[in-house]
Amino acid sequence: MSVLAEAWRYLAAHPAQFMTALGVHVALSGAALLIAAAIAIPAGIYAAHRPGTAFATINVANVGRTLPSLAVLALVMPLLGTGFAPSLFALSLLALPPIVLNTLAGMRGIDPEVVDAARGMGMTRREILWRIEWPLALPVIFAGLRTAAIQVISGAVLAAFIGGGGLGDFITAGIAMMAVPQLLVGAIPVTLLSLGADFAFGALQRRITPPGLRGA
Amino acid sequence: MIEIEHLTKRFPGAATPAVDDISLAIGAGEICVLIGPSGCGKTTTMRMINRMIEPDAGLIRIAGRDVTHVDPVELRRSVGYVIQQVGLFPHMTIAQNVATVPQLLGWEPARIERRVDELLARVDMDPARYRDRYPRELSGGQKQRVGVARALAADPPVMLMDEPFGALDPITRASLQDEFLRLLYALKKTIVFVTHDIDEALKMGTRIAILRAGRVVRFDRPEAILAHPGDPFVAAFVGADRALKRLALLPVASHMRQGDAASDSPAVSRDGDLRDALSILLAAGAEAGVVVDAAGEAAGIITLADIRSALAAPPAAND
Repeated sequence: MSVLAEAWRYLAAHPAQFMTALGVHVALSGAALLIAAAIAIPAGIYAAHRPGTAFATINVANVGRTLPSLAVLALVMPLLGTGFAPSLFALSLLALPPIVLNTLAGMRGIDPEVVDAARGMGMTRREILWRIEWPLALPVIFAGLRTAAIQVISGAVLAAFIGGGGLGDFITAGIAMMAVPQLLVGAIPVTLLSLGADFAFGALQRRITPPGLRGA
Repeated sequence: MIEIEHLTKRFPGAATPAVDDISLAIGAGEICVLIGPSGCGKTTTMRMINRMIEPDAGLIRIAGRDVTHVDPVELRRSVGYVIQQVGLFPHMTIAQNVATVPQLLGWEPARIERRVDELLARVDMDPARYRDRYPRELSGGQKQRVGVARALAADPPVMLMDEPFGALDPITRASLQDEFLRLLYALKKTIVFVTHDIDEALKMGTRIAILRAGRVVRFDRPEAILAHPGDPFVAAFVGADRALKRLALLPVASHMRQGDAASDSPAVSRDGDLRDALSILLAAGAEAGVVVDAAGEAAGIITLADIRSALAAPPAAND
């Protein structure tokens, strides 16, 4: 317990440093998620109706999914240098696979009879996409966003290794100096952020699931 | 009402065409059943009528208008479409499902709402109870009723139905077939109905097109096909029991006679068909049965001789 008390004292003694780190961490995570979603969701929708493209996308994404986050961040350094932007780039890359895989799964998991009925009734390709496929795929896509969010929040800790800032700074400093209170000032907020994001996405996911699909 | 001329479709890589130069003329108010063995081209033919599959050659005319090259989306909004698995949109309520085509056509909301309630009532689904439910809450039979209501929503003159009752249990299927026939009697639509079930074809069709390997082998009224199959394939297809199937299409009421039967004669319902009558007489070992009406009152008699002569007579004009 005294470790926690010391951690709290450390935080209270360095408020500006902590708030900056927190802000950077949230900014990195949020921006990476948004960028990845903006690329991966349209890509997934595009690939969903093209079997060849879908196959290739799934394989690439599966490889991407297995890459260790630290490796990706480290590899970005010789190409883009250190700091916020390279970290953002690396984190966006890390967030792409779960989002694109879930978008593909969501789109391809739609009952083909439903799409056939929609087409037979006279919906255009666009109307089918917006009125039928998008609402039905959305819960699965959202689950992908949720996974990506957790991944990005923990991945952002590693941005400290390439000068990206964020709560990882406290963790790495704490490890280097064997100072547990300092480490906790980084680790506990990151955990809370992660849990909070998971909870928030979970609640949102229930909201956006159409009533006809809930409890199915 | 629907004319298809020299319709042909060959799928890539196939040795023979799926649909090989098919021509059919379907009159307004007819139920034209397409039937045949697996792979005969019946579903492909039906799906070319609303251009879900584009023909390689040939012409489609609906109400005199050549629709072979018009915008398929516009065409489909004027043709009802019912499929075996129904394909109700799971994320929409029943009312929203039924309202789909009117919404696509831009009807006013008030008109759409009235129309949805009217149609749900027509398919025996109380609108107040069902309009805000979701498809997953419905049974198979209820889903298909909604499917039919959805197809009728914009009041299309033509409807395409691809084995609509195929996924249902026999009891529900029989009951929906009866309801649908009653519905059509009131609505006067032109229907193209695909099935692989010869009994369903005989029950539902005003005319049946028997397909084989992409061609129409016979296109005629059910009684005529049963009475004179014409070739071994059709004879085998309708089944060796075609005389009994013919009897099933003939009502007791049209072939009974006046008279009294012996007191130990079995009772035959006047609302039944001659196949049931034959079965009852054979089971009882009797030559004649007393025909009873719905109230159980004797209304006449029916004899084995009557049944035999019903078969011998040529198919009536409007059986």
